[in-house]
Amino acid sequence: MKCEKCGEKAAIHLRHHKLALCKDHFLEWIPAQTQRFIEKYQMFSEQERVLVAVSGGKDSLSLWDILWRLGYQADGLYIGLGIDGGIGYSAESLRLTQKFAQERGLTLLTVDVGREYGETIPELARQTHRGHEKPCSVCGLTKRHIMNKAAIQGGYHVLVTGHNLDDETATLLGNAFSWNPGHLVRQWPVLEASESGLARKAKPLCRIYERDMAAYALLRGIEYIYEECPYAAGSTSLYYKEILNRLEVDRPGAKVNFYVAFLQAKENGLFAAQADPGLEQLHACPICGLPTSAPGECTFCRLTAKGRKGKSD
Amino acid sequence: MTVKLTLRNMEYQVKGGMTLRSSLLKIDIQPETVLATLRGELITDDEVLKDGEVVQLISVISGGSTPNEM
Repeated sequence: MKCEKCGEKAAIHLRHHKLALCKDHFLEWIPAQTQRFIEKYQMFSEQERVLVAVSGGKDSLSLWDILWRLGYQADGLYIGLGIDGGIGYSAESLRLTQKFAQERGLTLLTVDVGREYGETIPELARQTHRGHEKPCSVCGLTKRHIMNKAAIQGGYHVLVTGHNLDDETATLLGNAFSWNPGHLVRQWPVLEASESGLARKAKPLCRIYERDMAAYALLRGIEYIYEECPYAAGSTSLYYKEILNRLEVDRPGAKVNFYVAFLQAKENGLFAAQADPGLEQLHACPICGLPTSAPGECTFCRLTAKGRKGKSD
Repeated sequence: MTVKLTLRNMEYQVKGGMTLRSSLLKIDIQPETVLATLRGELITDDEVLKDGEVVQLISVISGGSTPNEM
């Protein structure tokens, strides 16, 4: 198979785009696509400061690399979750992220959950009896809280994450199975900031296939954590991704068509904002000051207080 | 002689002469979920694999607590 730009041997075949590219042209094509979506969804400009949530994985490090190559002012935020899983998962993720930032002279902010809140993610899940063997819900809640706080306190224009097309379609499939109106209303490449203290958020890779992001990391020589989070096995999102990839084999482009058709339907008025009760009334948490849907302490502050209590009992 | 394909700590064998794509489907691996390298270079799914070659497969799917909202 030949590169459609130069005729050299292709390194990758993008069946969903009916496009084959060599290494050099693929490494130009991915940033160009990312730039296209940054502009299309009016995510941010070169004059605005961006905070990239980085995990040490292929998507977030590649996104940071792309933004850096495109000339954006992008700092990184790494959250130390304290997950070991017998493979030193968090320690290795941090090492790779620090190495990446140092090599490019980029600014990396780090928040260690154990040091900051007294307990790691697995400990918090255990102490609070939330999730038990699977601390994923505690992890998601904690990361969202810390990311939002860091973006607001740091004065960043936007918080960006490395969610790719496969992440978005898996989420969409899950939301569609449950017809969750609130989640369907809020699923979009950009979430605007709220006056109550929610940071602006954007997902520049939302229309790029996960496989293409892995190829980008590989061809750019980005060293990322290849091992999966020890708690990810059996997760619902992986199950939905598997289903969608089976569709993709028979119908190339099925995933991107599913997602783009959803975005177009939303633009045409489907899933109106009135269907989302969650954002109507937000209240400031008396502990951390960040917004919460019900009066009183937010879920994160209740979680960490419960964890501290459990530890002292 | 066969073609050897490795993925993490798994090893698969297929007969030579098939394309990468056919080989993956033969061993029930969704082509969308992996990248393949041969002698350190990425190869495309139409590459015909020859007996004795060793193809390294790289899993590209990660997941876990993808939140319903961000």
